[in-house]
Amino acid sequence: MKKIILLTLLMGVSLYASGTIEGEIEKQPLNISAIVMFLLFVSGTLGITYWAAKRTKTAKDFYTAGGGITGLQNGMAIAGDYMSAASFLGISGLVYLAGYDGLIYSIGFLVGWPVILFLISERLRNLGKYTFADVAAYRLKQAPIRTLAAFGSIATVILYLIAQMVGAGKLIQLLFGLPYELAVVIVGALMILYVTFGGMLATTWVQIVKAILLLSGATFMALAVLSHFDFSLSAMFAKAIEVHPKGEAIMAPGGLVSDPVSAISLGIALMFGTAGLPHILMRFFTVADAKEARKSVFYATGFIGYFYILTFIIGFGAIIMVLNNPEYLDVAKQAISGGSPILGGKNMAAIHLSHAVGGNFFLGFISAVAFATILAVVSGLTLAGASAISHDLYANVFNKHGEVDEAKEIRVSKIATIALGIIAIILGIAFEKQNIAFVVGLAFAIAASANFPVLFLSMFWSKLTTRGAVIGGSLGLATAIMLVILGPIVWVQIFGNEEAIFPYKYPALFSVTVSFVGIWFFSITDKSDDAAREIEAFEAQDIRSQTGIGAEGASAH
Amino acid sequence: MTQDKVEQVKNNPKYQELVSKRNKFAWTLSIIMLVVYYTFIMIIAFKPAIFGAKIAGGVITLGIPVGVAIIFISFILAGIYVKRANGEFDTLTQQIKDELK
Repeated sequence: MKKIILLTLLMGVSLYASGTIEGEIEKQPLNISAIVMFLLFVSGTLGITYWAAKRTKTAKDFYTAGGGITGLQNGMAIAGDYMSAASFLGISGLVYLAGYDGLIYSIGFLVGWPVILFLISERLRNLGKYTFADVAAYRLKQAPIRTLAAFGSIATVILYLIAQMVGAGKLIQLLFGLPYELAVVIVGALMILYVTFGGMLATTWVQIVKAILLLSGATFMALAVLSHFDFSLSAMFAKAIEVHPKGEAIMAPGGLVSDPVSAISLGIALMFGTAGLPHILMRFFTVADAKEARKSVFYATGFIGYFYILTFIIGFGAIIMVLNNPEYLDVAKQAISGGSPILGGKNMAAIHLSHAVGGNFFLGFISAVAFATILAVVSGLTLAGASAISHDLYANVFNKHGEVDEAKEIRVSKIATIALGIIAIILGIAFEKQNIAFVVGLAFAIAASANFPVLFLSMFWSKLTTRGAVIGGSLGLATAIMLVILGPIVWVQIFGNEEAIFPYKYPALFSVTVSFVGIWFFSITDKSDDAAREIEAFEAQDIRSQTGIGAEGASAH
Repeated sequence: MTQDKVEQVKNNPKYQELVSKRNKFAWTLSIIMLVVYYTFIMIIAFKPAIFGAKIAGGVITLGIPVGVAIIFISFILAGIYVKRANGEFDTLTQQIKDELK
């Protein structure tokens, strides 16, 4: 029995990770209030895009909004990138299903932020221009390092996009009653519009608007739940224990983290993975200086922490108001498997709760916000992917000789955006019926094992050489991909084998170690003249990274 | 940056002060955060019953305030760092920059 609970829980987590809605989805009748509110959001954000387009002229404008975003705005946008539909619906769904375990997950996602602040954010701002590869390749050979970084970025972006697109399609089908393909095409088309015309400025403001909407909506829901119990947490928890089939178990750690290896590995994946996500790293270049970069992480930590506390209350609210409420019951599913499954699966708990506390109107609002969330996150991802293609590959790898025409680089970036948008639409449709639970895990593993070690050591370790970075980073990348394929999700759940060759769901502990050891070994054994020059150049780089002397000046606006 | 500017900054006692103070501060805070988080995770992995214990006979278990406290600790540590970095460290940095001119 315990095993079954553990299994359900793990599956819950993986579903959470991809943000999907469970099972076959029945198309719902058109939800008019949701559609009207979503149209309002779209017209508002298209207005932002029009405004931003007029201000986006140079490459700096396009990639980093001219460096003129304030710390507070950027903090909101970073929080927005992090508060995806997957984490809003997924974590509240996890709390709904398992209670306390949802909180463990949230904390894992949050604690990486202060560490990023202490060790990485200001150095990144002082060294980089548009992409994190600027930092990694600062004193190393441009072509090989940027190729590796671009590969890591594009892989992360595309995997993430698949998860978001599939999640978007299913969610919209369920909430708005639109066909899956149409939903995916709408998301893809809007994202192309935002990014190609409005660049980083539009992407940032879309993210900020959505973050405000999401935080307000979630705050309202949490308050509505608490007000039912006269703001007594004890009364709320007592009621939840009474109605939940697991009873008191929901108040204690369950089976989410069962052995130390998984625990450490998950922690590493969440922490280092966050510090290796290209769309998050890119945000540090949108502010004027190190001071604003620090402030943005501080605000982001606050918003994200607050949001996780809200999702915890929302999850408990759903236990009380959604579970056992016949209105939200999936009768067809109940007939087959018993219990009291809710329509659309546990990830819909927050959506049903919005209906329970605020009726059709508020359901429409939250549905529209969930849609907006996906739009904002995919825009940021696409911009990061397009920058890797235009700024890293086109401008610095293929074009080795002489200056690159800026207008041409922007054009390449816009073409890359359109191409990524189309790829995202095609993959979104192709993966509709696939099990994509491994996708976000793989994206985090690649970010943690290929992007992060190279970036981190380039800033902190003087003896890093190009050879070490390329070989070690590639080994980390290969190990991460291989262990995910041999692990329980792909090898057992997708390929249908009896037992996983690699027993752990999170490969980060192993792949990150391989990467660091590889980089170390192939750096210290590198006795070439180039290596000597690269080591010598560390001093000047370190001074810039510590002080910002020579870094890009403040906003051009 | 030219080599003599590099030498100039490197030999500036204020630069040395900035680097050593900030490194110490940043790593100390990072280690505090990591110790807090991994202690939490290890308790969950090995002794989950600790967090399942009820507080004062009520329904709320110890794990809930501890979890919420970790969220607050993250935020407070971030605030402590930003306060000192945006004040003391940035002043030092500015002085180093000014002396370079």
